[in-house]
Amino acid sequence: MYKAKVLIRRRSSILDPQGKAVEKGAQLLGLNNIANTRIDKYIEFTVDASEETAAKEEVTTYCSKLLANPIMEDFEFELEKI
Amino acid sequence: MSVKFGVVVFPGSNCDHDAYYSLKKVLGYDVTFLWHKDTSLQDCDVIILPGGFSYGDYLRTGAIARFSPIMKPVIEFANSGGYLIGICNGFQILLEAGLLPGVMLKNKSLQFVCKDVYLSTQNYDTAFTKEIPDKEVLKVPVAHGEGNYFADEETLKDLVKNNRIVFKYTSSTGEVDEKNNPNGSIMNIAGIINEKGNVLGMMPHPERTCNPVLGKTDGVFIFRSLVNNILN
Repeated sequence: MYKAKVLIRRRSSILDPQGKAVEKGAQLLGLNNIANTRIDKYIEFTVDASEETAAKEEVTTYCSKLLANPIMEDFEFELEKI
Repeated sequence: MSVKFGVVVFPGSNCDHDAYYSLKKVLGYDVTFLWHKDTSLQDCDVIILPGGFSYGDYLRTGAIARFSPIMKPVIEFANSGGYLIGICNGFQILLEAGLLPGVMLKNKSLQFVCKDVYLSTQNYDTAFTKEIPDKEVLKVPVAHGEGNYFADEETLKDLVKNNRIVFKYTSSTGEVDEKNNPNGSIMNIAGIINEKGNVLGMMPHPERTCNPVLGKTDGVFIFRSLVNNILN
């Protein structure tokens, strides 16, 4: 069994209006040194596999077919044996 | 022969009844609902993916609905030339399913936009637009938080070159400008078709503007174009 920790990032060329709005909140808090706020996705789940290669393959399919949209997002993940 | 419409119902669809009502009660067409877990299109001639928030729009809009059992026959239907319209969330599902190119981002303003917009038809020579009077600017409502259409340069070039941009957001007199762009969509794109011309995706809601009681009836042009195109 493995635990997968997936990070999905929107490409930097794609505008992140959420990040921009949150950054306005930082300014309202008086935090004037904050810049380039980006809001991305962190997803974790378990994979019932005995071999790391098999787990990796399944997570890659999950990420590329559903969790991330390859047109605008990139993904990376870590697997931890549990 | 009569034309039969099928309106797909996903968990979270909320414009399915609007589409059903307009097509059946206002326009008098044959319509049936298609449940997302079904795998038969019940011999429908036109499939509509309605607006709403399918699967709560979790992950990304349309990302989960695209894997519903009904989508397998819908994709096969579209690939074999069947007419398919995705409205609002339906458009987002078509993008996620890869039936149309590009993605939808959050509205540039970050606000949910719910208002009437003006649309200028860019291509009158499609099964969906033939009946739209030449140069007439349509008034159709939008209601979405993520309608900011985006595609890479190569895709945009292809859309322009092959006349695949069907509708653009404009002023009431047809000017394409930033002021009349409700969501930040690239090139003011409001609706596009696939290469074969049988799949239309649009953010505005033509099904909400069919009944004369509600004012304008510009949505009728789109459905009537399709029906006449199939019958002829």
